[in-house]
Amino acid sequence: MIEIDAELIKNILRKNRRIDNRAFDTYRDVSIEKGIITSAEGSARVKLGDTEVVAGIKMDIGEPYPDSPDEGVIIVGAELVPLASPEFEAGPPREEAIEIARVVDRAIRESKVIDLKKLCITPNEKVWMLFVDIDILNDDGNLFDASGIAAMAALLNTRMPELDENQKPVRDKKGTEPLPIDGIAISTTFAKIDNTIITDPNLAEMKSLDARLTVGTLKKGDETLLCSMQKGGNVGFSMEEIEKIIDMAIEKGEELREMLK
Amino acid sequence: MEEQLIKNGIRYDGRKFDELRPIEAKVGILKNADGSAMFRLGNTVAIAGVFGPRKVFPKHEEEVDKAVLRARYVMAPFATSDRGRPGPSRRSTEISMVTRKALIPIIFLDEFPKTAIDLHIEVLEADASTRIAGINAASLALADAGVPMRDLVCACSAGKVQGHVVLDIAGKEDTEGELDLPVAYYPKKKQITLLQMDGIAKNEEVKAIIKLALKGCEKVYEAQKNALKSRYGIEEEHKSEKVIE
Repeated sequence: MIEIDAELIKNILRKNRRIDNRAFDTYRDVSIEKGIITSAEGSARVKLGDTEVVAGIKMDIGEPYPDSPDEGVIIVGAELVPLASPEFEAGPPREEAIEIARVVDRAIRESKVIDLKKLCITPNEKVWMLFVDIDILNDDGNLFDASGIAAMAALLNTRMPELDENQKPVRDKKGTEPLPIDGIAISTTFAKIDNTIITDPNLAEMKSLDARLTVGTLKKGDETLLCSMQKGGNVGFSMEEIEKIIDMAIEKGEELREMLK
Repeated sequence: MEEQLIKNGIRYDGRKFDELRPIEAKVGILKNADGSAMFRLGNTVAIAGVFGPRKVFPKHEEEVDKAVLRARYVMAPFATSDRGRPGPSRRSTEISMVTRKALIPIIFLDEFPKTAIDLHIEVLEADASTRIAGINAASLALADAGVPMRDLVCACSAGKVQGHVVLDIAGKEDTEGELDLPVAYYPKKKQITLLQMDGIAKNEEVKAIIKLALKGCEKVYEAQKNALKSRYGIEEEHKSEKVIE
């Protein structure tokens, strides 16, 4: 088991430093590789420091939800693969994996970057189902942002399968048409430890944090908008802290968005 | 053409922008639970029941230095217009988790090592903002169970509907509005213990929406205190204390 001494992390922060020597508002190195899985319609591997995740997109034909008969369906799943951490166990997804999937889903869905109406084939009957599956391969903290970047990169990398005469997806040939995407949604995560706010918490910092806030942003024209938020951790935030984090999220979201272009 | 949900500064259900739906809060509504409460916001109704602090089963969930709070939010199958599937879903698992984290800061968990405090929330009627009603009922049920607490947690939602910032999102405002933002608040410490957001808005709008939700929380807090006072007859208790002196 990984033993993290929260007191050590706090002591370092009190000296205005972080355990990996980053500035409070700096992300770890981000690397994005697209199209790494040939069997998937779209894919990406993202490394955020030593955190590593793979996102794969599969598309199929299905029925729309009754309350949105002319829209395609997005389903996001996240798997904390047991090889990613001695603390992860095999079995059905637990709270932590469900939260990651729902936070990633929320940023993509609420930002409306994917035009779901264009994924409708026959209203009430046939629509594209877009499955976004995220495999966490190595956990060094901030799985939220790594997963969000990987999902977005994989969606941008996706080519929709062609349909045969029976309107079934052609499996043995790669499609050419990209997804109807307009804009890039990005999640940025901040942690509060004692009373210090830090960007992109690594695993040691995740395990020592009091409170956490993930903020989704999106760019429309020249303006950056917010599209989702999720608080975590067992301590509250003051209004001032939240205002500060929102401002930082807009700035950091911009940096990450540049990398996805 | 989409339905107009706001006309001349009035919302489709007749409320002003900064008006909550009618609140009803009752404490001590169930016999078997150690503590229980009901919280209603218009047509959204949640009940909460608390057992504990009690022994932890399964035992591996036990913590040696504090009590564990276990929260379970469930929506009854008949709570929505289309019947819901009974039992937990991914949505309810997430809401159970954020509910637990919203309440942890106020409970003296350190006082009861190796025990569990089990909190069950049942949404009986859903007309949006169900996690809000659940948290408000839960906070009262914990107090009713006599669990030592630093304060009550009060919750409220705010959002954006057809360009307007409004308090306490209800019904069609949830499905057709642009944004929904639930907040839970720990008033004595002025801390926000739950914050989620679904929907698009500008930076300054989001900040204004959070501040409006906090104003709603203050009103909920008063309703919660009144519910506890009417259950436990605070005035009379003060008199009897004087007699003891």
